Amino acid sequence: MSISNLQVDKATGAEGSASSVKSQNRQKSRISLAMVSPSVLVLLVWMIVPLAMTIYFSLIRYNLLYPGDEPFVGLENYYYFLTDEGFAAGAFNTLYLVLSVLAISVIFGVLIAVLVDNDFWGRGIVRVLLISPFFIMPTVTALVWKNLLLHPVSGVFAAVWRFFGAQPVDWFAEYPMGAIIMIVSWQWVPFAVLLLMTAMQSLDQEQKDAARLDGAGPLAIFWHITLPHLMRPIAVVVMIETIFLLSVFAEIFTTTGGGPGYATTNLAFLIYTQALLQFDVGMASAGGLVAVIIANIAAFILIRIIGKNLTDKQ
Amino acid sequence: MLTLKQARQLRTVLLGTLGWLVALIIFFPIFWMVLTSFKTEIEAFSSPPQLFFMPTLENYIEINSRSSYLTYAWNSVVVSFGSTFIGMLLAVPAAYSMAFFETKRTKSTLLWMLSTKMLPPVGVLVPIYLLFKDFGLLDTRTGLIIIYTLINLPIMVWMIYTYFKEIPKDILEAARLDGATPIQEIVRVLLPISKGGLASTVLLALILSWNEAFWSLNLTASTAAPLTALVASYSSPEGLFWAKLSAVSTLACAPILIFGWLSQKQLVRGLSFGAVK
Repeated sequence: MSISNLQVDKATGAEGSASSVKSQNRQKSRISLAMVSPSVLVLLVWMIVPLAMTIYFSLIRYNLLYPGDEPFVGLENYYYFLTDEGFAAGAFNTLYLVLSVLAISVIFGVLIAVLVDNDFWGRGIVRVLLISPFFIMPTVTALVWKNLLLHPVSGVFAAVWRFFGAQPVDWFAEYPMGAIIMIVSWQWVPFAVLLLMTAMQSLDQEQKDAARLDGAGPLAIFWHITLPHLMRPIAVVVMIETIFLLSVFAEIFTTTGGGPGYATTNLAFLIYTQALLQFDVGMASAGGLVAVIIANIAAFILIRIIGKNLTDKQ
Repeated sequence: MLTLKQARQLRTVLLGTLGWLVALIIFFPIFWMVLTSFKTEIEAFSSPPQLFFMPTLENYIEINSRSSYLTYAWNSVVVSFGSTFIGMLLAVPAAYSMAFFETKRTKSTLLWMLSTKMLPPVGVLVPIYLLFKDFGLLDTRTGLIIIYTLINLPIMVWMIYTYFKEIPKDILEAARLDGATPIQEIVRVLLPISKGGLASTVLLALILSWNEAFWSLNLTASTAAPLTALVASYSSPEGLFWAKLSAVSTLACAPILIFGWLSQKQLVRGLSFGAVK
């Protein structure tokens, strides 16, 4: 930031003639610190207090069913959590869910955004319809999909299958993870469409026209002009969706309850079952910390890959 | 052989048809939910599903007699708007400071803020629950407002930061030359220029708080329960009351859906996170 010879701020008494560039600088940084610190402070408290408590709980044997008996057990909870058969399944499912939904939202998001960038009758309504699922509560989404759409007897999908003479599929029994991915994607593809649609509007038309005059086909234009233009918004979509997808919960809670077996249990849901169904606060806290560590590794990798894209302008 | 004009018209029609088809498929679940809410329970469960039937309001009447929709809706409104308002009070100055007084720590602070969002809520549920119990915040709207402010703050700071970054610094320096204090700078110069971006930040925060289900289900019971809890209360008897479930879901989603439709243009324009130049 360039330092100009301006008066910084009359209210705090820095007179232009008296203040050197250095003191102006100090004052600026004081103001900026005062303005940024409330946010930093509340987030710091929000992060540290529960985290410290979680670390403490994770080191004691703490089950709500046996109050009063809370001995220090060291890393025992971690050992049980990490060797539990649910952990491997949960870690795998978390990764599988996040990556699948990310791939689906980016691919369909780009295709749909390019499609509705063309001018056609009723485009405004089409856009409104396309982004609507993003406004729907996850719990409602899950319930509607489970009962009204995917139900093997009276669901809409079953009716469509029968119409084509096929045997209706019992989605949550045969493809439980596929069903969850479908439901979660339905919520997050519209978000990708929303962002990428915005980005398409700023695409340089002249560049496209010039390419067309040079004889470039639609595919070449998409590959060499549209897609590079969309890289930054795609990075944003990946970043934001990852944040929310790492802790998908309501969709699993209301449909499969993590089952059958551990087929649709992700880490968030695994810890929930431990904490609230088995009342084992110690083990749930250990699990929570493991999830926090995994989330931070994911965050670190993500930021390494695309963070530069997000904060550097131009 | 088609002429060039005919070919272009054909292309428009084909793309338009495809666009409508995709949009209708994606919107279908919402349409079906609303439709089912006007059926009787028997019609809702019938196989094959019925598209034409005699619409009835009995589900809505039944829901209103069983639980007061307005209490839940009011809780949702208070909590969403409350947390968004406080969030903006915290986020605007922070984003201002980050965008216009950038230090070498700014970027890492911003990324750190975002990384707090990567914390799975379930990992800290027990401590938060215990703290809330000690401070008497369980089942209060204040408690939910605090949580929602904190979970949405990082995204709000980031969004506003990206809008502020696009504003030329000269404009602010001109204001400073006229002797404006930082607060005056924000209120008189920055806010009017960036009101589009701020509006979409507010919209996103409202949508996220309105739909948040994890904390609201775990931290409220009755007095402060928002619409997400009302929906959940109808989901327990395994799929026996689909029409009522659809009606209560429609009631829970309608306000934010209509709100979203009305502000759609604003949201589409503003939600770029600095990704579009």
